[in-house]
Parts: sequence; structure tokens; C-alpha cells
Amino acid sequence: MKHWLAMLFAVLMASVGSISVSYAVNLETYQFDDPNKEALFRELINELRCPKCQNQSIADSDAPLAKDLRDRTYLMVQQGATKQEVVDYMVARYGDFAYYRPPVRLSTLVLWLGPVLVVLIGALVIIVRVRQQRHEEVELSDHEREQLAALQSSGQDNDHD
Amino acid sequence: MAQPNRFKWLVLALPLLAFLWLTIFLLRGLFSDPTELSSALVGKPVPQFELPDIYDPSTTYTEAVLHGRPMLLNVWATWCPTCRAEHAYLNKLAQQGVYIVGLNYKDDSRAKAVDWLNTLGDPYRLNLFDERGAVAIDFGVYGAPETFLINANGEVMYRHVGDVNERVWSTILEPQYRALMADFERAGGQP
Repeated sequence: MKHWLAMLFAVLMASVGSISVSYAVNLETYQFDDPNKEALFRELINELRCPKCQNQSIADSDAPLAKDLRDRTYLMVQQGATKQEVVDYMVARYGDFAYYRPPVRLSTLVLWLGPVLVVLIGALVIIVRVRQQRHEEVELSDHEREQLAALQSSGQDNDHD
Repeated sequence: MAQPNRFKWLVLALPLLAFLWLTIFLLRGLFSDPTELSSALVGKPVPQFELPDIYDPSTTYTEAVLHGRPMLLNVWATWCPTCRAEHAYLNKLAQQGVYIVGLNYKDDSRAKAVDWLNTLGDPYRLNLFDERGAVAIDFGVYGAPETFLINANGEVMYRHVGDVNERVWSTILEPQYRALMADFERAGGQP
């Protein structure tokens, strides 16, 4: 069991490693003087979704449009735009699709509340089950108690052999 | 002991309801096209821009050319095979008097685009040349072809992604275009 977990962990770590390598390829051409701006740029291009692709950030995608949007993000960040300004800019043009963090709305509520709901249901099931088990504890009659004591003492005798 | 009974019914019904809801949700997902995004621009005015004419680099147009009457704005490029497929149909629409403006999106070269129009025909009343795709980003264009339906006030009413063909025109675009034209002519506009 432990072996399997270790292997799974190794595979997961390897895939995480390969993702960060692919970022590095795309980032080569962007030069920053300000490390804060570079950090913001990296954060943004990993959270903005490529509209042309189904599930890739603009950092991850080789699509020409993703490159255009990286360039635009770079330009805006260099000109001192905040994170929210860049996100708003993209969402105004490409809709909520462009940002990996969906806004809280009635139509997206299930995304936000779903996990909490699942945990709550799980907790509820556990509580109900435990309570049921408690009720099922049986009271022993005097006769049964004597039998149990006899069995236990004979069991102890056997252990000594 | 009536309470536990009612409670039990709820416990049994809830998972069933949740399951049915999930089934409907996933079933809808099967038939929706994930590559089709609704435009964030619908109901909003066209973005501001300044772009040269495709034939004549010294002529520049602003967003004013997209105001004043209902029209289609067609995003195209010579590197786009689907644009070639829809081109004949755009020619046909133009012959019927449909007002179409072109937005050439990041084409390989101006010469190649002009050559395309000269050989395949030019359905566009005027053609904007967006060499670096900057204006296309403001329009939220993510591929070609895309076709925007714009009303007389210069507001985007609809965006179609993919080629315009007989089916798309007659079922989706034409009814909306005709309605806009009817409003426009009632207000005294010349078709």
C-alpha cells in the first residue's frame, strides 16, 4: 500500500515538474526590471484561460492568440496595471471563460457550494450511522452476563497454556 | 413517531433528485458545443479603433464606419480554410444587398489578402486591415471566421462563430438582420 502511494506521489510530482518546464519555454522572451511585475505577470498568465483552447492557460498554450494575449498582459503589467485591471480587460472581451476563477453567480453557485455540500452530506451520513450503531448496543440479561463471564475466564485459562 | 417517517421520505428523495439534476446537467453538456463562446460584447457598442483600408494603406477608418445602419462584420483571413468555404456564400449575400464589412485578421500579407479578394470576389462594402490583431482582441475574436451582427446604433447584437452558410443565415442571422432592417427603415433609414 505504501509503495503504491509513494509511486502515485512520484508520478504527480513529475507531472507538476513538466508543467513548470513548459511555462519556462514561453516566458523566455519577456524581460522585466521589476521582480514584482514579473511575479504578477506569471500569476496572470497562469490564471487567464486561452479562449481558443479548451483547457489551457495562456501560459501553457502555443496558440497564436495565447501569445497575443501574453503580449497584451505583458504590456499592461509593464504599464503598471493591477491584477484586477488585466482580468477585467480580458473578461470584458472574452467573457467569464477567460478567467480560471469563476465569479459567484446563481449559475456558478454549484461550483462554489458543491464541495462544501458534499462534505456536509458526508458528515451527515457519518453522524447518522454512528447514532444508529449506538442505538443497536444490546443490554445483556443477568443470565447472559454470567455466561459471558464464564467464557472470558475459560478463555483466560486457555491463554495460560 | 410521524416525524421520522417524513424524514425518511426526504432522505430517500434527495439523492434521487440530486441524481436527476446531475443527469440533466450532464446530458445538456453532451449536446453543447464547448468551442462556441457567447460574445461578451453583445448589447454593447463596438470598440473604438483606427485601422487602414485593406486596398489603400493611406485611408484609415474608425469605429464610425460601423455605425448608422444594420450590418454584418465578418472576421476573415487567407490562412483560414473555413473563410474560403464561406466566401462564396458571403458573395451571394452581398448580391442580395446585405451590408457586410470585412475585418481582415492577422493575415500573412496585405498583398495576399487583396489577391484573395480579386480572385474570389469582394462581398465587403469596406475592409479593415488588422495586421497585428489588436482590434480583433477588443472584439473578443478568438478565431476566424466570426461574424458580428451590428445594429444602426453601432451595438453588437449577436456573434456567430464559424462559417456563415445557408442554414446559419436563414435560421439565425437573417431573422435578426431583417428585424434590425425593419426598425432602421421605419426610422427613415435608406436600405
